[in-house]
Amino acid sequence: MTPRLAEIWVYLAASPLLGLTLTLLAYQGAYWLYRHSGMNPAANPVAIAVAIIVALLMLTDTSYATYFEGAQFVHFLLGPATVALAIPLYAQLPRLKRMFGPALVALAIGSLTAIVSAIAVGWALGASRPTLMSLAPKSVTTPIAMGIAEKIGGLPSLTAVLVVATGILGAIVAQWLFRLLRVKDEAVQGFAIGLAAHGIGTARAFQISETTGAFAALAMGLNGLATALLLPILIRAWGG
Amino acid sequence: MLGALTLLLLYQLAGEVIVQFFALPIPGPVIGMALLFATLVVRGGVSNELRDTASNLLQHLSLLFVPAGAGVMVHFSRLGEEWPAIVGALVISTFVTLGVTGLLLCAFLKRGESQP
Repeated sequence: MTPRLAEIWVYLAASPLLGLTLTLLAYQGAYWLYRHSGMNPAANPVAIAVAIIVALLMLTDTSYATYFEGAQFVHFLLGPATVALAIPLYAQLPRLKRMFGPALVALAIGSLTAIVSAIAVGWALGASRPTLMSLAPKSVTTPIAMGIAEKIGGLPSLTAVLVVATGILGAIVAQWLFRLLRVKDEAVQGFAIGLAAHGIGTARAFQISETTGAFAALAMGLNGLATALLLPILIRAWGG
Repeated sequence: MLGALTLLLLYQLAGEVIVQFFALPIPGPVIGMALLFATLVVRGGVSNELRDTASNLLQHLSLLFVPAGAGVMVHFSRLGEEWPAIVGALVISTFVTLGVTGLLLCAFLKRGESQP
């Protein structure tokens, strides 16, 4: 690098512009690949974008903290986006009223399944306690899961990563698993995806159909509530 | 667009205030979503502006998870030590949760249809 270019790099590396631009470019590149794969769930845009960003940060020896100064503007939008989920949910109100009771029972059992199976498998395979507490809220959306992890002795930043990994995994395997189990109802599929794989699953569900997406949004919101309420109580009961 | 975005932020703000005030274990945006949903049910409709803004915001919902996901680079050493437990827990728990929830809700709805 010439001295002039190095100066420009030092200037840009210290401003949030680079992190923000990199996030948007990497995602759009990843989304282009996803679209050109015929929306193949295996070409998950979040996974590809994260891989591009991490590779570039490591190549340029940039810290995550520096990157996040710019990326935080995108991260912040998770809040208003969560509030906005009320709108597709409202669009499904008539259907929601019809299946309210069954959905509530499925929510309680599904939410417990997500928590207990993650802790049990992690524990059986020898995960440390901070890792277990970071795994427990993995099925709920990032801001909720990070808040819960902090309360129960997990690592919020590790939780964020595990949440994103869960979402990607859920988005990739959901339709394959539903075919195998012969779960055909779009509302049921959406509900299970949103409960197990939060926002990334919901984004995928909206690509299956409007109904699937709305029910994924519903289950994602409800499981956020349920996990926030259940998990601290469960951990206390465990004698944590 | 601007009005609708402000509205979403106001609901999030109301959610945060309620969470702080009552020391709830639930994050503010979830309370904000519940409040907005209740408002829509009471008012009986969504304005076109709000619907368009929400659908713009939600269209690329997965983009919003990218910054948090890139945090994986901070945890490479822990992941290197504990990856079998972490991968095992994520994979098994995600499959089981999807399967249990899907099959259960399917069974409930079928039973509801057969006895009206």
